[in-house]
Amino acid sequence: MAAFPAVAQSEWTKIRSVRSTVWSLVSVFLITVALGLAISLVARNNVSDFTEDGRPFDATAVSFIGVGFGRLAIVVFGVLAVGNEYSSGMIRVSLAAVPQRGTLLAAKTAVLGALALAASLVTVFVAFFIGQAALGGGLSTTLGSENVLRAVFGTALYLTLLCLLSAGVTVMVRHQILALAILVPFILLVSPILSIVPVVKNVVRYFPDQAGSAITQVFPTDDLPYGPWAGLLICAAWTVAALLGGYLVLKKRDA
Amino acid sequence: MIELHHLTKRYGDKLAVDDLSFRIPEGVVTGFLGPNGAGKSTTMRMILDLDRPTSGEVTIGGRHYSGIQDPLRRIGALLEAKAVHPGRTAYDHLLWLAQSNRVPRARVDEVLDLVGLTAVARKRARGFSLGMGQRLGIASALLADPQTLMFDEPVNGLDPEGILWIRNLMKRLAAEGRTVFVSSHLMSEMALTADHLVVIGRGRLLADLPMAEFIKRNSRSSVRLRTPHQEQLLHALHGAGLTAEAGPDGSWEVVDGDPVVLGDLAAAHGVTLHELSPQQASLEEAFMQMTASSVEYHMGAGAAPEQPPPAWGADWDGRKSGKES
Ligand SMILES: Nc1ncnc2c1ncn2[C@@H]1O[C@H](COP(=O)(O)OP(=O)(O)OP(=O)(O)O)[C@@H](O)[C@H]1O
Ligand SMILES: [Mg+2]
Repeated sequence: MAAFPAVAQSEWTKIRSVRSTVWSLVSVFLITVALGLAISLVARNNVSDFTEDGRPFDATAVSFIGVGFGRLAIVVFGVLAVGNEYSSGMIRVSLAAVPQRGTLLAAKTAVLGALALAASLVTVFVAFFIGQAALGGGLSTTLGSENVLRAVFGTALYLTLLCLLSAGVTVMVRHQILALAILVPFILLVSPILSIVPVVKNVVRYFPDQAGSAITQVFPTDDLPYGPWAGLLICAAWTVAALLGGYLVLKKRDA
Repeated sequence: MIELHHLTKRYGDKLAVDDLSFRIPEGVVTGFLGPNGAGKSTTMRMILDLDRPTSGEVTIGGRHYSGIQDPLRRIGALLEAKAVHPGRTAYDHLLWLAQSNRVPRARVDEVLDLVGLTAVARKRARGFSLGMGQRLGIASALLADPQTLMFDEPVNGLDPEGILWIRNLMKRLAAEGRTVFVSSHLMSEMALTADHLVVIGRGRLLADLPMAEFIKRNSRSSVRLRTPHQEQLLHALHGAGLTAEAGPDGSWEVVDGDPVVLGDLAAAHGVTLHELSPQQASLEEAFMQMTASSVEYHMGAGAAPEQPPPAWGADWDGRKSGKES
């Protein structure tokens, strides 16, 4: 019904015209690159601290230290880009303009996904090259080394999926603060803590943030029941589920 | 043509709109009146398919709102002031709206100019006053140059200048042949602008008639008399076959009375008059009378202030005896 390109263009205008969304996306880049650079500089002179027994030095992982926090920034971006419609009451204006709710959500997701992917790609490649430069010739790795290109590229995909997952959760709960209150502690605390509790460890592995992170590793840390791409697929499945849930809520509920 | 067919909306136990059927006449201003909580906003949200009816339906030219391509070109609506992201500029707010319905970008400047917001077009909505927010909302409604406009209490919270501006705008829109559907709880306001009237109370339709018809039916005139000689006055009136109703603070009112006849009558009986004044019952009173039984939240008798604010008048029944509804 509604013309998809027109709605997508309007969604792009929405995102770029609010400072908080723009800055949350810029902060993905700044946080990831700055932390990666700092840790790489430290690692250059303290290699032994960055090497676990029996494992090789992971130059990619060192330059990607910042991704752990960049994840949070991209989650915030995903939440804000969608959630500010609810906090401002603008959702009614949006739905009056585009009453085809599926089209509206699809356009929002497409624009958000494209932006998140573009920002993530720039972020991971810059973080990688700056990190490698900081590590210096003796320690650094190259994109040509085994699994490195996959890890770099996969990290960008992983960040993009987390962004869309957050957007889906926000549409489901229809409240940006609530969405942040669920997602941030989950990624920062719940998931990492549960992942070291023996009983639930095997279940937590299938959480989206855990499963998706498999692709970011050049050297697999432990024997996961799935490979890096399968892990990313698990994360993608969660994302699709969240967006579907969001679609159903948007479709069914009064605005 | 917007038509409502047995429209009903229930929120949990609360019946907000109850079997509402009417059509909005084209090319005129229709006032949509009802006391607080009558269901006006809910009805408007259902017209735009924002809230889904529990039963019944709304059609716009025979179609559902969600089946309309680029609906802003058909209906422009102002639902609530400041439904704008506080961090977005007025220009960008209108720009995304325009893009979503494929309205040329140049139109954004046009409507900004039309509502007088050109000077603050690049300012973020956070700093806007209520009146500016309302103007921005109206700019969004006018953006795609729709044939039909819907405003939910556009004058709410505006200063006299703002109210006048909106009143003139609505008249201008109707003069251009557009359909305007505007809600209010002030009859007096609507009497000035509306050609047609739809009144609801507790979600039910109470009246659907031309404004002129409502005024004709409800403008009851009377003559107020005040005298220190009450007994003699009543006696004289009785003798002339006239009845008087007790009015406020010791006065008497003769419905449809003629001041000349009444003055002569008083003189003939040697009754001193301290007041002889023709009265016109206000439309506001007629409206309150119509909705009195359906007012959502009556003012508690004990809590009522000495002078109830005019918009409520929950004590109306007690004061008037000639009650018709
Ligand atoms: N989303 C909602 N959830 C629950 N109840 C609601 C909701 N929206 C409206 N109501 C209830 O439905 C009734 C009608 O409300 P509505 O806002 O449509 O009235 P209104 O005529 O616009 O009143 P007002 O003049 O105060 O704006 C009220 O009793 C209100 O409390
Ligand atoms: Mg209302």
